[in-house]
Amino acid sequence: MNGFFDIPSDLQHSWPGLIGLHVREALLPVAAGLLLALPLAQLCVRLRWLYAPVLGVTTVLYAIPSLAFFVVLIDYTGQTELTVMIPLAVYSLVVLVPAIVDAVRSVPQETLAAATAMGFGPVRRYLQVQLPIAAPAVIAGLRVATASSISLVSVGALIGNQGALGNLLAAAQKYDRPELAVNSVLTTAALAILCDALLVLLRRVLTPWMPRGSGGGPRAAAAASQRPEAEVAAR
Amino acid sequence: MNVLTFVDAFFSDSAHWHGYDGIPQRLLEHVQYTLLALALAAAIGLPAGLLTGHTGRGGNAIAFIATAARALPSFGLLVLIVVTLGFGLLPVMIPLVVLAVPPILVTTYEAVRSVDPAPVDAARGMGMHESRILFQVELPVALPLILSGLRSAAIQIVSTATIAAYVSLGGLGRYIVDGLYQRDYEKVVGGATLVALLALATIAVFWAAGRLAVSPGVRRHRT
Amino acid sequence: MTSTASTHSTRSRTRHTGAGAVALTAVAALLAGCGGSGDTSDNPLAGEKAEAGTVVVGSNNFAESTLLADIYGEALKAKGIKVTYKHNIGSRETTYGLMKNGSITVLPEYNGSLLAFLDPEAEQKSAEEVNAAVKARLDKGLTLLQSSPAEDKDSVSVNAETAKKYKLTASSTLADLKDVAPELVIGGSPEFQTRHHGLKGLKSVYGLEFESFKALDAGGPLTQAALTRNTVQAANIFTTDPTIVKEKFVVLKDPENLFGFANVTPLVSKELPKEGVDALDAVSAKLDTETLLKLDAQVQLEKKDPLDVAKAWLKSAGLD
Repeated sequence: MNGFFDIPSDLQHSWPGLIGLHVREALLPVAAGLLLALPLAQLCVRLRWLYAPVLGVTTVLYAIPSLAFFVVLIDYTGQTELTVMIPLAVYSLVVLVPAIVDAVRSVPQETLAAATAMGFGPVRRYLQVQLPIAAPAVIAGLRVATASSISLVSVGALIGNQGALGNLLAAAQKYDRPELAVNSVLTTAALAILCDALLVLLRRVLTPWMPRGSGGGPRAAAAASQRPEAEVAAR
Repeated sequence: MNVLTFVDAFFSDSAHWHGYDGIPQRLLEHVQYTLLALALAAAIGLPAGLLTGHTGRGGNAIAFIATAARALPSFGLLVLIVVTLGFGLLPVMIPLVVLAVPPILVTTYEAVRSVDPAPVDAARGMGMHESRILFQVELPVALPLILSGLRSAAIQIVSTATIAAYVSLGGLGRYIVDGLYQRDYEKVVGGATLVALLALATIAVFWAAGRLAVSPGVRRHRT
Repeated sequence: MTSTASTHSTRSRTRHTGAGAVALTAVAALLAGCGGSGDTSDNPLAGEKAEAGTVVVGSNNFAESTLLADIYGEALKAKGIKVTYKHNIGSRETTYGLMKNGSITVLPEYNGSLLAFLDPEAEQKSAEEVNAAVKARLDKGLTLLQSSPAEDKDSVSVNAETAKKYKLTASSTLADLKDVAPELVIGGSPEFQTRHHGLKGLKSVYGLEFESFKALDAGGPLTQAALTRNTVQAANIFTTDPTIVKEKFVVLKDPENLFGFANVTPLVSKELPKEGVDALDAVSAKLDTETLLKLDAQVQLEKKDPLDVAKAWLKSAGLD
């Protein structure tokens, strides 16, 4: 029982099982965050006065450390995956709302006017003009949210085997088996890189008009980390 | 249950105000960890970012470093380092610095890169030395963005130093981890409040630093 | 720069409305979003209660607890009972709550430690009295089964360096620490800080006040390493810890019996069927301290999987 892939029985999952669990615990919250962020961001674009208080609330929510969030939720949702996923969804929301608002707002007035002139209603204009143009920025936000979510799931190990690959960290400590911690870090990092690459690919598919390579890389990362709310990357 | 009653109970308990586990001591530790990690990260990220930004070389390398570093799970790294190197302040600094270098490096690079080339060319035309161009032309213009990178890094460190309590570090995370195992909500909620306040205070400090350090001309231009 | 672009557009005031329609879409999407966020298999309320007919064996966050839970679980399985595990939950402070609300139904416990948790004032004179006292104070849905002879107590141990410096030997007691305690850093799990079987009792019973407390883990590798490297000079170590011998730690005697009794004892829900009770009683009858030490060493030193160790022992004891 010293091997890299010898997962202690008390984690109750094989290595691929832990990966599957990690993907689910990390990505469902991002998806939920996106579904909530889109309408909320649109509201903020429409009702200008709403944006400042929303930013304020999200900044404060964002400042709450994940572990404390988990512990407080235990009373409501028990020591379950949901307890881990709710805060992650909130963090994703917090990253995505400003990303989407800024992106949608940056669509030039002339473009909107052209769409209106072509007879587009507000809904159609939003879905067919504003959202596609905002796609690169939304994806940049999704990249930050996904990376942070994948990283933070591991902290769930502290509330009783709810950290998927992170449970390997607790086991590494409990049984004094460093190789399990190496496994956890490498697998989690590989997962994060893979998801990031898929998002970059998705952006290329969604925005075929854009020159390759732009919108990603350091420029997008810098744009994303400019906002105070985007500090989620990996705590 | 009401979270506010816990916050109130936590802060009004006099036992939480003195000794090695008192709020002043834990806050001081947390600030110390944050400053040390931020200083180390800035010592690495700032020069590298300024240089690559100025020369315009190494953009791909920086994008790669940023992606890789963002993919590394900091809690994982923390536990890994502790189980291999043992615990103590220096091992704990490693994940915090790894966490803080990318935002500093990337934003610094990007900030210098995005400086309007016209004044830079003008300065070069006037015969200014490259290092003077960097420090007297590019840096002042890039400063707001550079500060935002440092702020990102600082806030990430404040949050992440919290989970370091799991591997026996002091700081405000102590209250959260102890509260988890002692089933003491007062401590968890009180600790979370303190961490959140510290994060908000960090934002305020950087805002003030921006007011003081950024040249009024640049500020007017940006806002 | 994205930021400049966005600040420009922020400034532009003209914007066509149609906010009503968008708000409607937003609300619809918001509702859809709520549905989306809840699409996990765990219903929070359903997830709290163990499934009827299934025994849920829980364990705390240290190796011996996992091992004992595996032994209980496998012994129950051998009697045809459906078992699921909920491992590494945390500390007694948490697991007792989960026993109370029925999320877990079987938990390896230590009788005297549990009593001290339920009632720090209770005296601990004999094992029988302790068990009776625990039962009297347990939540009404719970009961304690027969204790095993296997004992794993809390202890305060000092490392070899400290023992030498203050001339502490195997016959020294906690009372001997009184004068030197203010010079020592003591380590233990975070919960040790607030337990009667911890700093509170050390202060009230022996008058010990240490320089400071360092939160480590429940007698695990962090504690062992901290004591070995003299990061802490004294620590809460379990008496079955194989590193005591290996690292020449000195376990201080406890004449006032602060740490009381600590016989391995199953804490169970009263809904546990009769054959389950019999199976766990049979395990307790055969589990003694020597066996526990041996099994702990297999897990902690030889790095065998606790489930394998549990199964092998049950087989050798004829309990499978």
